[in-house]
Amino acid sequence: MEGRLGRILLILVPYLWLLVFFLVPFVIVFKISFSETAIAMPPYLPVFDLSEGWEAFKAAFARLSFDNYAWLTEDDLYIRSYLSSLWIASVSTIITLMVGYPIAYGMARAPTAWRPTLLMLVILPFWTSFLIRVYAWIGILKKEGLLNLALISLGVIDEPLTILNTNTAVYIGIVYSYLPFMVLPLYSALEKLDGSLLEAAQDLGCTPIKAFWVVTVPLSLPGIVAGCFLVFIPAVGEFVIPDLLGGSETLMIGKTLWVEFFSNRDWPVSSAVAVLLLLVLIVPIVLFQMHQQRQQEREAG
Amino acid sequence: MADRQPASASRKTFAPWSDPSAEPFIVFDNVTKRFGDFVAVNNVSLNVYEREFFSLLGPSGCGKTTLLRMLAGFETPTEGRILLDGQDISTIPPYRRPVNMMFQSYALFPHMSVADNIAFGLKQDKMPKPEIEERVADMLRLVKLEQFAGRKPHQLSGGQRQRVALARSLAKRPKVLLLDEPLGALDKKLREETQFELMDIQENLGLTFMIVTHDQEEAMTVSDRIAVMDHGVFVQVATPAEMYEYPNSRYVADFIGDINIIKGTIKSTANGAVTLETEDAGTLVVHQAMDAIPGTPAYIAIRPEKMQVISGVSQNQIDGEVWDIAYLGDLSIYHVKLPSGAIVKASQTNVTRLIERPITWEDDISLTFAPDAAVVLLD
Repeated sequence: MEGRLGRILLILVPYLWLLVFFLVPFVIVFKISFSETAIAMPPYLPVFDLSEGWEAFKAAFARLSFDNYAWLTEDDLYIRSYLSSLWIASVSTIITLMVGYPIAYGMARAPTAWRPTLLMLVILPFWTSFLIRVYAWIGILKKEGLLNLALISLGVIDEPLTILNTNTAVYIGIVYSYLPFMVLPLYSALEKLDGSLLEAAQDLGCTPIKAFWVVTVPLSLPGIVAGCFLVFIPAVGEFVIPDLLGGSETLMIGKTLWVEFFSNRDWPVSSAVAVLLLLVLIVPIVLFQMHQQRQQEREAG
Repeated sequence: MADRQPASASRKTFAPWSDPSAEPFIVFDNVTKRFGDFVAVNNVSLNVYEREFFSLLGPSGCGKTTLLRMLAGFETPTEGRILLDGQDISTIPPYRRPVNMMFQSYALFPHMSVADNIAFGLKQDKMPKPEIEERVADMLRLVKLEQFAGRKPHQLSGGQRQRVALARSLAKRPKVLLLDEPLGALDKKLREETQFELMDIQENLGLTFMIVTHDQEEAMTVSDRIAVMDHGVFVQVATPAEMYEYPNSRYVADFIGDINIIKGTIKSTANGAVTLETEDAGTLVVHQAMDAIPGTPAYIAIRPEKMQVISGVSQNQIDGEVWDIAYLGDLSIYHVKLPSGAIVKASQTNVTRLIERPITWEDDISLTFAPDAAVVLLD
């Protein structure tokens, strides 16, 4: 009995945590997204106040509307922001995968004695604040920055390149910031790969390159999927990187949400933007999870 | 297993290694392999013939796996050449060699079904699809796994995985099949069954098999010839019977089967007989043609089953006391302590039930062996 109680408690703690710090705040945001702005404190109406009785609660509930969601479809700024965010996040994820895969592969193939050091080097950037690291890129990418100075002194270019405040800078920032989240799951998948499988593939007539595509890549797929999710999901809602490195052309939903919330003080519309963003991200993840589960069941059965 | 055919008559007379005109199929020509300072294979030369079932036997780290991996193409010889069917393959990459390997870990592709694993090599060869399907079906039938074609490796038992690995390595009809400890992960009974299956498959498909093992019984059972390796060199290359009856060194004698080794010095050699003076068992005579200066230290190697419990013989009588008896059912092994304190073993087939032991602990008994049953070894 005691063991069972302990088990329930152990499971309860994370669920309680998620309930208090994720689900409850989400319900509040969800509710605000159906409210209307007001010059008040808090800046929206209606406000549910249980002390005023059941009738007042019902009246307040009746004032909730879908107007904010309708508004998101009327002004194409929001749809363009969502699409642009998804595009920037997708491109960044693909670049991160292409940069991260060789790094993870090299780490997994390195002598065992080196691996903890290499792993440490991947995690090392986390010891500096994310914000400071993104700021540092301004110093590298700006017109008279380190990159331009280096390229000009090497004679590669004559005129300084305009990178800062463009989408290119945003891509660089996202790829740089999220690279460890791609490398770590890839490394853990590749490290488990049995080297004799590649030998077997070669023995059966595969060139090393072909063996990589038919053995290594499929077997590291769980790592690829995990890494892509870990990069793509936060990248879609990214605010700091487009704000600091992007320019006027950079349209991302995080920035739009920030403007809506802080500049326009329109809590209801920004809440609607946030709820919709969550849906945009959760639906494909859930579909993917279901697909994975079905496949696993098929294999087991 | 029940439908096994008796080994064909050709097997009885199969001995191309003793025919000087026979063309060797695989040639290791003064092959050396070094890893840094470590010499894994040290200047080894060997001829293996077509349709031969050849075993590399030795303890771990003796170089047998390195030798096999050089033939597969995963290692390149540091010195020397490897020829297959007359062609130097030393520098040909593994994916262009007409050689396939069955891995110790089986190395089955976990993301592919049994059928896809077997078809893998055929697809690399761009074989037409209907032919691939036919070949895969043949292979599944050969290893009796027809109903498991759609399973993934993790849904199979160890024995089934072993068969898939075998089917996959045979699917391309390689000129040579290399087997790296192929039965190491199976339990004893399954291993014995599979040994005979391997022999049947090798015989029926007419392939050359080269197997690496550390299990001397396995090597004895399946091989036409065995090479015993130690520290990167061949200690002896011979048929199982030759190796058992005429080991060329104490190392081989000790490695293959059980044996008594009695130390002595040579007293005389004459007329095909060697007489030795031993501290443990007095004067012993062995029929063996040998040239050695009297006084040379030597060893007599005699198998326990060739020791007879008998007294009143004129030659090779060894007296002692029964120190221990290992009753194995079919035989009993008597550990006999000699006056010098040395122990020799004699095994006796239990032809009658042992209700009353004819020989028991602390009995004084005499052992003997026929002069042509033992060998004299010099090292």
